[in-house]
Amino acid sequence: MINKVGRDIPDEFLVNGREVFQGENYFHNKNYTKASPTVRANVDPKQEKVVPSLKEAIEKCELKDGMTISFHHHFRDGDYVVNMVVETIAEMGIKDITICASSVGDAHEPTVKHIESGVITGLSTSGIRGKIGEAVSKGLLKNVAFIRSHGGRVRAIEAGDIHIDVAFIGAPTSDAYGNARGKGGKSDCGVLSYSMVDAKYADKVVVITDCLVDFPNFPPSIQQVDVDYVVQVDEIGNPKKIANSVLRFTEDPRDLIIAEAAAQVLVNTPYFKDGFSFQTGGGGPSLAVTRFLRPYMEKQNIKMGFAIGGITKPMLDLLNDDFIRIIVDAQDFDLPSIESVNSHPRHFEISTSQYANPFNKGSFVNKLDFGILAALEIDTDFNVNVITGSDDGILRGAPGGHVDIAAGAKCSILVTPLLRTRIPTIREKVTTVTTPGESVDVVVTEVGIAINPKRQDLLEALQNIKLPLPLRTIEELKNEAYAIAGAPEEIEFEDKVVALVEYRDGTIIDVVRKIKNSD
Amino acid sequence: MILTKSAIAGTLESSDVQITIEPNHNGIELFISSIVMGQYGKQIKDVVIKTLEKLGVENAKITVVDKGALDCTIKARVECAVFRAADITENLPWGEKL
Amino acid sequence: MKTRLRRTMMFLNAQRASLVKDAYIYKPDSIIFDLEDAVAENQKDSARIALYNALKSINYKGIELVVRINGLDTPHAKEDIRAAIAGGIHAVRVPKTETPGDIYAAEKEIEKAEREFGIEIGRTMIMGAIESPLGVINAFDIAKSSKRMMGISIGAGDYTRTMQTTRSIEGIELQGARSQLVIAARAAGIMCFDTVYTDIENTEGFINEVKLIKQLGFDGKSIISPKQIPIVHSVFAPSQSEIRRAEKTIRALKEHSQGGVGVFTVDGQMIDIAMLEGANRTIALAKASGVYEGDL
Repeated sequence: MINKVGRDIPDEFLVNGREVFQGENYFHNKNYTKASPTVRANVDPKQEKVVPSLKEAIEKCELKDGMTISFHHHFRDGDYVVNMVVETIAEMGIKDITICASSVGDAHEPTVKHIESGVITGLSTSGIRGKIGEAVSKGLLKNVAFIRSHGGRVRAIEAGDIHIDVAFIGAPTSDAYGNARGKGGKSDCGVLSYSMVDAKYADKVVVITDCLVDFPNFPPSIQQVDVDYVVQVDEIGNPKKIANSVLRFTEDPRDLIIAEAAAQVLVNTPYFKDGFSFQTGGGGPSLAVTRFLRPYMEKQNIKMGFAIGGITKPMLDLLNDDFIRIIVDAQDFDLPSIESVNSHPRHFEISTSQYANPFNKGSFVNKLDFGILAALEIDTDFNVNVITGSDDGILRGAPGGHVDIAAGAKCSILVTPLLRTRIPTIREKVTTVTTPGESVDVVVTEVGIAINPKRQDLLEALQNIKLPLPLRTIEELKNEAYAIAGAPEEIEFEDKVVALVEYRDGTIIDVVRKIKNSD
Repeated sequence: MILTKSAIAGTLESSDVQITIEPNHNGIELFISSIVMGQYGKQIKDVVIKTLEKLGVENAKITVVDKGALDCTIKARVECAVFRAADITENLPWGEKL
Repeated sequence: MKTRLRRTMMFLNAQRASLVKDAYIYKPDSIIFDLEDAVAENQKDSARIALYNALKSINYKGIELVVRINGLDTPHAKEDIRAAIAGGIHAVRVPKTETPGDIYAAEKEIEKAEREFGIEIGRTMIMGAIESPLGVINAFDIAKSSKRMMGISIGAGDYTRTMQTTRSIEGIELQGARSQLVIAARAAGIMCFDTVYTDIENTEGFINEVKLIKQLGFDGKSIISPKQIPIVHSVFAPSQSEIRRAEKTIRALKEHSQGGVGVFTVDGQMIDIAMLEGANRTIALAKASGVYEGDL
């Protein structure tokens, strides 16, 4: 069946109530019943939760073939937890397990052999990079994978689309009763936002830490009342890869041109007024926008009401210089942010549900004025691909909060170079749709700015402003990219679907197919 | 154009292409590898063949290692390799065969 | 076109494909494709062919295109000129210019190439890069040696070496050369350009040098990093107060000229007709720099 962005979703997947994408607000006002876990009443006050080994914790959780386990990715490329757990499960002879992760990537290459051997047969994730992305693209995962946004993952868990049997929560510190925090240990990550929903909805919850601290470890991100077992290991991750010591501003002149233009677009929209809200990620151009905003805020005496992220030092600088009233934080990228969320009176940890879940009664993305986002590809309908590579169609990206932010923000601004080496980012059709065009308002490249024709209001606000780059149509940008590089051939896939791309509301917005066999 | 020796032109830097050319006797033998093979493999082949035709090269083994070069760079590197292989260093036919 | 904004002239190694393909996004006033010092001896042919193809295929969006050829005393210069002219280059920058003879030699090859490739004779301009004491002494003669001359520039690296001194932050060793060159250029009615600033990280030092050469009367500066471009353009842009003074001058002169008065006062400053040219130039520069919001 063809969905609202023109992608054909094979009927075989439209079962059990699953529908195709029909618009950002298709499910607005629909009622649904939340799922609930089957949990154990831990009545006896003498019971200890600390278990001497991961193996014993898994045994006590009665993990069996065919079950689903979950992980967060607050440890990013420095994570050891996923590999440890999967390795142990494999040794125990358990198989046919589905991983429900908030993201997987380069750190998880060791799980590829377990995918090949059938220990892991299912995967639900936002990000998917490196060898694990290749493995799924080659069709090595037995069951079709699910790609979800951050908000979409929470929705799927709360609505019962995915049932977590055992949640494994890596924690920089935990006490013996399971109060877990993102701070105070050897490998701090700041917050534990992604795993909050896991703790509430999984049947069994295991906290894994390398730093057992005194009881009670307060204020806890993950609460003792939700935790079954606590396991202490030598290392939960590599601190150098969990947090950058300092995320540096890009010095690339092209990125700076794009960022400066994006900032000027932003300040000339009607939403740039005192109390505005702002989100940016950790990537080059989007982070640089933060730097360019400051002089405008100073000159016009405008402060941010709140900022969300993906938090890094540049945001903290604005907070500490009183340009931001409050930061709400669902992930930290550098050491200063990890420190700040745990000590600054106006910097708060929130859950991923509060951040971006579309099915609760109102998440923070709904209150966003501006979101600055990146893209691998954008087509002439403003649809965005952030999940598959242009040249080979291999899974190597992440919707992350992209889809959620674009849907919620009053003005979503995509920043991207026109080409990456020879590859046009602006093109006729994207390889895979992750974010629908109706969510995308402005595209800024180094040769021009395109405004979604749906936003006549923004066009009127901007067309008489002297911007550093010209306003152009998205077709003109595409034509310029093709004039420089040549029109790209469409790459071929095999028919087999290896992953479903689920929009934040659970509908299917696109599919990813197996790459053509080259070996 | 007669090629008298092997020659290389271009580099393996991003946006460049390295062309190796060797004289042979059985027409044009072309080996292409590229970081953008899927989207531009055909186009790269076209540009190399056309450039060789225009220069009048009929017998050569050409190896192309592409790092995302634009057509004008591919053409330039092929031309440079050909003239080096033909030992022609001055009075190039600008505007005619190039 | 001999008269145009040339605040920034960005050097590009013609052999580097990744730089050449989209240098226009940084919006320098001119791009200088280098076939000389940046290119290794055994890659001169490759750089030249790359230049020719870039000129033929890439749309540089109205930016002026210049080639720095190898010296006329090398085996490369003739072919450099042929390739560049055939490609449609706007100007040829002759390195290490010491005497008018160096310009004549280049001009001879340029005219030959224009004939060979059907380019309008005289269309291609010439710049002389002066990099030695003799060149500085001969600056005026070099500047007026040919109708094609568009500008002269000082190349500090080779100049300080031949002067048997070193480069310093304050640049006192360049003082003489800078002054003589800008005087020579003005006397000959052509433009004058300052040397490259190699310490890319030292923004403050760069700003100071640009302010200095602007005050000396230079028209622009050679650039080696895109980061330097917005800085130069900003320093060269007239300030809003300079623009307002220029507007007042122009309007007041217009008014008073009708009344037959030649000299008068505006805001306590004496104004006479000699100032009209400078005021017009300020407005033109303001418009070209994109900072003019008035209605003159």
